[in-house]
Amino acid sequence: MNSLRIFFVGGVTSYRALFGWLTPWVFVPTLLIVPVFQILLFAYIGRAAGLESDGFYVIGNALQSAALPCVFAMGHTISGERRQHTLAFVLATPARRLPLFLGRALPVVANGFVVSAFSFAVGTALLDFSPPPESLAPLAAIALITAFSCTGLGLLNGGIGLRVRETSVLSNVVLGLLLVFCGVNVPLDDLPGWMSTIAEGLPLTNGIRAARDVVAGASLGDVSGLLLTEAGIGLVYLLLGLVVLRFFEVQSRRHATLERS
Amino acid sequence: MRALRLILAGWRFHLKSLTLSSFFLLTSAIQPVIFATIAFYMWRAGGRGDTLLYVALGAGLMGIWSSTLFASGGAISWQRWQGTLELSIAAPAPFVLVLIPMTLASATIGLYSLTATLVWGRLFFGVPLELEHPALFVAAIPATIASLGMLGLVLASTFVLYRNANAMANLLEYPIWLISGLLVPLSLFPGWVRPLSWVLAPTWGVRAIRDSALGGGDPLLAIAMCLGLAVVYLAGGIFCLRLFERLARQRASLSLT
Repeated sequence: MNSLRIFFVGGVTSYRALFGWLTPWVFVPTLLIVPVFQILLFAYIGRAAGLESDGFYVIGNALQSAALPCVFAMGHTISGERRQHTLAFVLATPARRLPLFLGRALPVVANGFVVSAFSFAVGTALLDFSPPPESLAPLAAIALITAFSCTGLGLLNGGIGLRVRETSVLSNVVLGLLLVFCGVNVPLDDLPGWMSTIAEGLPLTNGIRAARDVVAGASLGDVSGLLLTEAGIGLVYLLLGLVVLRFFEVQSRRHATLERS
Repeated sequence: MRALRLILAGWRFHLKSLTLSSFFLLTSAIQPVIFATIAFYMWRAGGRGDTLLYVALGAGLMGIWSSTLFASGGAISWQRWQGTLELSIAAPAPFVLVLIPMTLASATIGLYSLTATLVWGRLFFGVPLELEHPALFVAAIPATIASLGMLGLVLASTFVLYRNANAMANLLEYPIWLISGLLVPLSLFPGWVRPLSWVLAPTWGVRAIRDSALGGGDPLLAIAMCLGLAVVYLAGGIFCLRLFERLARQRASLSLT
C-alpha cells in the first residue's frame, strides 16, 4: 500500500513540481509549437528532395515528438532535484526505488502522448495528409506505447544524469540520435545497414513502422508484433534505467558526488 | 578607436567563454551535423545526391542561427542571473558596446557549424568542396556573421522583456530555419512567406554563402543585403536597448527576473 502511495502521490507531486518551472509560457512554445514546426520542416525537405509523402513525415515526427518530453522530463527528475538541492532527500528516504521512479514516469508517458497527439492533429491539418478515420484509434494506442518506450529511454537518461552533469546536452543528443536512426524522416531501407540494425534496438522504430502500416490499412492485430516489440524495448530500457540509477546512487554515496553539478 | 578595442576584447572574451560551454558546442557543432546527416540521406534517397554541398551549407547556417538565437537571446538574462548586468550598465562605456561583442561572438561560434557540416559531408558523404567564387565566399562569411550578430542584438534587447528567454528561443529556431530557405527552396512556400524571409539575415546569409560557393544567383547583392540589414538591426537594437535601460532605471527592475 505504501509503495502504491509513493507511486501515485509521489508521481503526481513530482509532476506538479515539474510544472513549477514548466509554465504554459514554456510548455506551449517548447512542447506544442516546436514539434509542429519540426513536422513542417521535414515535410518540406521531403518535398524538395522528392522523397516521401507528407503523411510519412507527419507520422514519423509526431511519434518522435513524444520523445521530447519523455527524454527531457525523466532527465530532469535527477538534474532538477540536484539543482534544487532535494536530490539527497529523495535518495535518503527509505522508499523503494521502483515505485519512486516509476511513479514519476507515469505522468511523463501521458504528457508524451498529449504532445504526440497534438502535433499529429496539427500536422495533419496543415499538410497534405488525410489518415483514414478507422486508423485514429489504433494510432492513439501506438502513440501511447511509443510514449512508454521513450519514457523507458528517458529513465536511463535520468540515471546517467546522476553521473553526467549536462543532462540537457545529453537529452538533446539522445533526441538527435533517435531522429537520425529510427526511420523518422529517412526510410530505414535507405539508411546504411549498420544504422538500421541499431534502429531495431531503439524505441520509436517499431512504433513508427506500426503507425505507417496502420495508416496504409493494417489493423491493430496485424501490427501487434511490432507493438509488443516496441513495448518490450521500452521495458528493457526502463529496467536498465533503474539498474543504472541504483548503481550510480551507490557510487555517488561512496564518492560523495551526489550533489556535484 | 576605444570603442573598437572594447568590441574586439569583448568578442574574444565571449568567444572563449562560449567555446567552453558544452551546451553551445552541442548547438553549434553536434546538432547541425545531426540535421545535415538526415538531410544528406533524404536528398540522396530522393535521387538528388548532386546537391549535397547545398545541404551542407544550409545545415551549417542552421547552426549559426541556433547559436545566435540561444546565446544572444539569453545574453541579458544570463548577465542578470550572474549579477553582472548592473555593473555592465553602470560602466562608463555605453551598454550597447558591451552587448555587441556578445552577440557577435554568438554568431561567430556558429562558424563551428559550417566547418563541422562541411568536414562531415566531405568525410562521410563525399561532398565536394569546390568553390565557384572563393574570394566572394570568404567575403560572404564575415558579412553573414555581422548581420546575424546584429540580429542577435535585436533579440538580446527584446527577449529581455520575456521571462522565459530560452522558451522564446526554442520557439524561433525551427520557423526561421524553415522560412529562410536554409534547406528548403523558398519557391516551395506560399507567396506570403517570401516577404517575411527578406527581412531575415539568415535568408541573405545562406544566399551569399551558397551563391558564392555553388555559382549562380547574385552573391554580391546578397552580401550587400547582409551588410544593409546589419545596419538596420544595429539601429533597432540601439533603440530597444535605450528603451529597456530607461524603463529598468525608472522602475528599479534591472536585477528582477
